[in-house]
Amino acid sequence: MTTATAPTISLPDEPSLLTRFRWAVADTLVLARRNLLVWARVPAYLVFTVIQPVMFVLMFRYVFGGAIRIPGPITYVDFLMPGIIGQTAAFATFATAIALAQELKKGVIDRLRSMPMARSAVLAGRLVADTGRMLVTILIIVAVGYAVGFRFHNGVVPAILMVVLATVFGLAICVIAAFTGLAIGDEESVQAFGLIWLFPITFLSSAFVPIQSMPGWLQAFANNQPVTYVINTMRALAIGGPIEADLWKSIAWLAGILIVFGPLAVRAYKRAS
Amino acid sequence: MTQDSSGPAILVEGLTKSFGDVHALRGIDMAVPRGTVLGVLGPNGAGKTTAVRILTTLLLPDKGRALVDGRDVVRQAAAVRRSIGLSGQSAAIQEELTGRENLELIGRLYHLSRPESRSRAVQLLEQFDLVDAANRPAKTYSGGMQRRLDLAASLVGRPSVLFLDEPTTGLDPRSRLGMWDIIRSLVEGGTTLLLTTQYLDEADELADEIVVIDHGLVIAAGTSEELKGRVGGDVLEFTVPDRNRLSDAVSAIASVGEGEPHADKETGVVSVGVGGRGSEALVDGVRALDGAGVQTRGLALRRPSLDDVFLALTGHAAEEEELNGKRRRSRRSKRDETKAKS
Repeated sequence: MTTATAPTISLPDEPSLLTRFRWAVADTLVLARRNLLVWARVPAYLVFTVIQPVMFVLMFRYVFGGAIRIPGPITYVDFLMPGIIGQTAAFATFATAIALAQELKKGVIDRLRSMPMARSAVLAGRLVADTGRMLVTILIIVAVGYAVGFRFHNGVVPAILMVVLATVFGLAICVIAAFTGLAIGDEESVQAFGLIWLFPITFLSSAFVPIQSMPGWLQAFANNQPVTYVINTMRALAIGGPIEADLWKSIAWLAGILIVFGPLAVRAYKRAS
Repeated sequence: MTQDSSGPAILVEGLTKSFGDVHALRGIDMAVPRGTVLGVLGPNGAGKTTAVRILTTLLLPDKGRALVDGRDVVRQAAAVRRSIGLSGQSAAIQEELTGRENLELIGRLYHLSRPESRSRAVQLLEQFDLVDAANRPAKTYSGGMQRRLDLAASLVGRPSVLFLDEPTTGLDPRSRLGMWDIIRSLVEGGTTLLLTTQYLDEADELADEIVVIDHGLVIAAGTSEELKGRVGGDVLEFTVPDRNRLSDAVSAIASVGEGEPHADKETGVVSVGVGGRGSEALVDGVRALDGAGVQTRGLALRRPSLDDVFLALTGHAAEEEELNGKRRRSRRSKRDETKAKS
């Protein structure tokens, strides 16, 4: 029996700030790698997270698209793709909330919290892995968009910036999702709750249809909510057009979400039971 | 930071914790000397899990003090985390990963180097008889194997104090015996162990000292023998096949016993402590029951079990409470469940 006779691992009593920071980074990477490994081990995750947005692309492009009028010379597929990409990033966060709720339920988070590891690493590792996963999904959807007629009309750098903005937007939603996952702590409820807020904020926006086609009272909401700002900015980056106002509002909203929900998620993690 | 290595491995003083109106702990005290096993025994909802969660720094107490390995679980939580291992009620493992990957992951999070994590994982896989399954995803494991892997994971950091929260709940009898063997070998190695259980035989089998908790209070403490002594000697027990005659049997036997007889309405089992009167009480019992015209089965005198102790201490059987607990659990969400059970 080696367990008890061997000394406990010799760690200094109070590690220095630098050591603690190095550990936090190392722990985050270890957990991010684990999360990606789990993702790779379950091909169904991969398939479902990609198939769902692909279905949206095909449905809006070929089923609803014919009936939706876009003002100006823009084709519907060019209008649609930035919207779908934004929605893909937002919906990818379901997995974040569900995974955290599951880990909470199974006691994985209890185990990790009872260990001498960085307390920030579980959340950070989850966000790093999920953002990476989200980026892959976004790139796949861009490729699918190209196959059904979408083109970037505004050059390479704005195209890259659009993907970056979509990813940062996804990260912000991810932080909200992490908070809901930890605060609610039950996967079915988390999933149901995700639908309740993600569906309205993505569909009641400029993602799929021009807002002018909505009734006035709805326009008031759709015109002034963050998803519309982000999608408008992405659309301007992808196909050109005025960008300034929407860009600043997007940045302000995304920063605001991270500032509010980041600490809330950390608090929910620390209190998780 | 000083570490008092001569004091007890675990010291708990006046610990209280409430969740809203639910008073999970109402001031408990306990001390666990180094290298010994404390069995914390109690029904669901008694406060066992809450106590473990406070001692493993997962939950802050409302009042009171708890030291693990000489360190305060609130003020020196980070230091406490370096000397403890925790294995909870469910297998806290990543099912998609293999047994080996699970253990290596934990090793890396203990900041062991890659080769160190690898060799520690191999060591534990051997110790817990998981070598053949080492490279299979943990979701293919049986319940017993998953619990073994979970226990192995709690030992990666070579804890000096180990907390096992209901380590055999939900296991089949064979896996349960296997788990007992593993726990015994851990203890031989000198690890201090705090084990919670709702199974009286488990505490009897594994623990040096037993603390009985009910409704957030310690209602008894001592060795298994001391607790059994509380019942007051032998127990006369028999079954009444005709449930309608149960109350007749109880009143007939009341004069023979030293305490109140206890009758289980579902099984028809009646038991009563008879002190040191042994065979004399047996004969008196047969006469009394015969006189009352009550048919019985399996009338016998036996040594008291911890079940009898629990009954004597709380006035209700541990199993009854457990059944209620389970019924309650199925209707509640997990969060409520944790609170209610803790």
